[in-house]
Amino acid sequence: MLGYYIDLAVRSLKRSPGLTMLMVLAIGFGVAASMTTYSVFRAVSGDPIPWKSSKLFVPQIDIWGPKARQGGTDTEPPNAMDYNDAVALMRAHRAKYQSAMYHISPSIIPPDRSMHPINVGGHAVYSEFFPMFDVPFQYGSGWSASDDTQSAAVVVISSKLNQKLFGGVNSVGKTLDIEGKDYRIVGVLDNWAPKPVFYDVVNTGGFTTDFEDVFLPFRRAIDMGIANDGNTNCDEIPKGSGFVGLQQSTCIWIAYMVELDEKADVAAYRDYLDGYFREQKEAGRFSWPVNNRLRDVPAWLKDQHVAPSDTQVSLVVALGLLIVCLVNTAGLLLAKFLRRSSEIGVRRALGAPRNAIYTQFLIEAGIVGAAGGLLGLMLTWVGVKSVAWVLPKEIATLARMDFSLLILTLIVAVIATVLAGLYPTWRASRVQPALQLKSN
Amino acid sequence: MSLHPMIAALRKHKSGVVLIAMQIALTLAIVCNAVFIIYSRVEKVNRPTGMDESNLILVSQQWVGAPSGDDPASIQKLDELQREDIEALRAMPDVVSVTPSNSLPLLDSSWNGSVATKPGSDLIKGDARSTYYFGDENFLKTLGLQLVAGRNFTAGDVTNKGFRDPAEPSLVMVTKELADKLFPQGAVGKAMYLDGGTKPTTIVGVVARLQVPSNGTWASTFVWNSTIEPLRLNANYSRYAVRTKPGRMDAVMHAIPGALYGVNPMRVLDDDSVKSFGAIRADAYRADIGMAALMGVVCLILLAVTAAGIVGLTSFWVGQRHRQIGVRRALGARKIDIRHYFQLENLLIAGGGAVVGIALAIGLNRALIQYFEMTTMPFWYVLVGLATVLVLGQLAVLVPAMRAANVPPVVATRTV
Repeated sequence: MLGYYIDLAVRSLKRSPGLTMLMVLAIGFGVAASMTTYSVFRAVSGDPIPWKSSKLFVPQIDIWGPKARQGGTDTEPPNAMDYNDAVALMRAHRAKYQSAMYHISPSIIPPDRSMHPINVGGHAVYSEFFPMFDVPFQYGSGWSASDDTQSAAVVVISSKLNQKLFGGVNSVGKTLDIEGKDYRIVGVLDNWAPKPVFYDVVNTGGFTTDFEDVFLPFRRAIDMGIANDGNTNCDEIPKGSGFVGLQQSTCIWIAYMVELDEKADVAAYRDYLDGYFREQKEAGRFSWPVNNRLRDVPAWLKDQHVAPSDTQVSLVVALGLLIVCLVNTAGLLLAKFLRRSSEIGVRRALGAPRNAIYTQFLIEAGIVGAAGGLLGLMLTWVGVKSVAWVLPKEIATLARMDFSLLILTLIVAVIATVLAGLYPTWRASRVQPALQLKSN
Repeated sequence: MSLHPMIAALRKHKSGVVLIAMQIALTLAIVCNAVFIIYSRVEKVNRPTGMDESNLILVSQQWVGAPSGDDPASIQKLDELQREDIEALRAMPDVVSVTPSNSLPLLDSSWNGSVATKPGSDLIKGDARSTYYFGDENFLKTLGLQLVAGRNFTAGDVTNKGFRDPAEPSLVMVTKELADKLFPQGAVGKAMYLDGGTKPTTIVGVVARLQVPSNGTWASTFVWNSTIEPLRLNANYSRYAVRTKPGRMDAVMHAIPGALYGVNPMRVLDDDSVKSFGAIRADAYRADIGMAALMGVVCLILLAVTAAGIVGLTSFWVGQRHRQIGVRRALGARKIDIRHYFQLENLLIAGGGAVVGIALAIGLNRALIQYFEMTTMPFWYVLVGLATVLVLGQLAVLVPAMRAANVPPVVATRTV
């Protein structure tokens, strides 16, 4: 029976090619616009570390108090840490893993002396950075906790930098000249570029074209005066001068993350943060009440508005377009089905039950949907290719066509069209056979 | 023509009418908002920065093995390196003017603070937020800024300081926007206080306009508040703005790495180190232009789909009423009466849909304001949208209406 209905549907669609074409085009464009904007939205709102994001937290301490806040409704504490608090939290070591981090941009003199010096991006971090974020290594590993305390001259480099400087061979144990000092390479990362860059949202806004090429021990970078290359925000002008003055100030320039595996650990860490604040308050540093935050990665990304609002607005508008296309298809299907009232009348008079009419017309709608889906698939492919021209570079590379998008496009097209076909089908099934037969 | 029979006829096929009206309502709502987004972005991109943007280059570079300390000897060494570079760039053929500069408008690397007319105010609030530019006596000429009051810096005004040295300058120039905000009676010669400090800084000159480097929404409250300090900022990196003779920019850009490596090879220059201002502008507004283009494409698809829907459904109705049209024609209706009937019918449906659409358009705008950083859409967008969908409806209905008008009266005599 199914084959017969498909045959009927194809015949009917062929009979009015113009109308069929209109419906297929509408579905195709509507689905393609939605899927293209969805691919971008999906790219920017993804979870960068899905297996662990609910265990990774960003502590925030309200070291500036209410006077630093802009608007009346804003109650948020600063989104980064000053040096003293970051070091105090590291020393207390209350979480399973924790790391203070700051963005650096040192220069490197390649071992091949014929090359010009290069400038690389990276972070100064603690040893626990690597196990905390499950950072994959191609060669070697991160450094040890004793390297942290001894301010050891060690470095972890990216596979990209390893390729550039050492031709991709195992370079663990070799030395690298960073800012005029020799560092021993202890690890080479495998491809690791989580998007959004959840551990440095403040500097990157979540997305960046910059590549993370080096990771140095935090203490070492501080001792060597490798200055912060990221944002620095101050509530008052530092009293001291230079990088040392910055370390003594209440300016915020350090990111901080902790791993807390159990609910109890989270509660304990919250208590610890509040206790730390009270301790400082008693020492006379703060005059305002406790106002700390401890957000996990998804909540942190949301709070920092990592998904650009443009991508969300585009998605909303494109979904609106899809709805218009569906309303349009519903109207055209209605016209198409009711035009065949006499055919329906004959079938019903010959004994076809209402269900048969339902099946026949929903299959016809489904075929239109499938054809629209195929067109939509091609247009989505074109769309995903062309958004790369209009999106910011750091986001453009993330939007791509993959298997799941392909399947989703077809499913959305077929389901949406069948939904649009429900009402026209229902109307078709209500056709009175007697009336139709009589008028002929 | 009386509307009564028309409305009676519309009642006979309610669902089709409702579907078209719904489609028109949604189209109106989306098109208004999309066009408003396009207009806002185009307006943003077209803002002049206040500079003469052609023939302007920005050089960003970093020294290798330069002193990293903050002691006077290190700072002096860094300043020497910087002055050598400026000399070398000035000596290049086709270069008109060079200034050190920590940033340029739209570069998104900025130094911001607050300024006040009284000493010791709060750093974060102050009387006004401002961005800081650091340049020498050639800053104005190199960027092509327009001085509207007071004087430019002289070579004697220009000093140097370490990148993180909190010392405040003794004199500055400000933009007119900032000057008017702080000193409506005239700013030249007045003292202001930077970043909640207590040391007065004298305003010596006022420039017509200079945009801040940041393009983000967080900086949208002080886009035109710039303060220019007569300073070379000393760090292990530096930036230079270079103005070239007209038509010679590409040649100069090409020659700059060689000239700088010639002065001192221990430095980092990469692909992005020498950039035309045009490229900086294109990067800064890429997302806005992209969004405008995307909204434009959505609008076009939307209007096309809606027009196609009207053509399709009206054609169906014409087919359905073939016989009735014939009867009317046989009873004396002219071709133009039939055409007008369908046109008026479309106007009625589109008008009904548009009324709902106006409410939807305003509602959508409200929602976008609430959830995203959007501004209130002026009402005339809705009126333009209304006109658009009505005209679109009339154009779309023309073909089926003409076909209806061409139905011969003889149809009335046939039974099928």
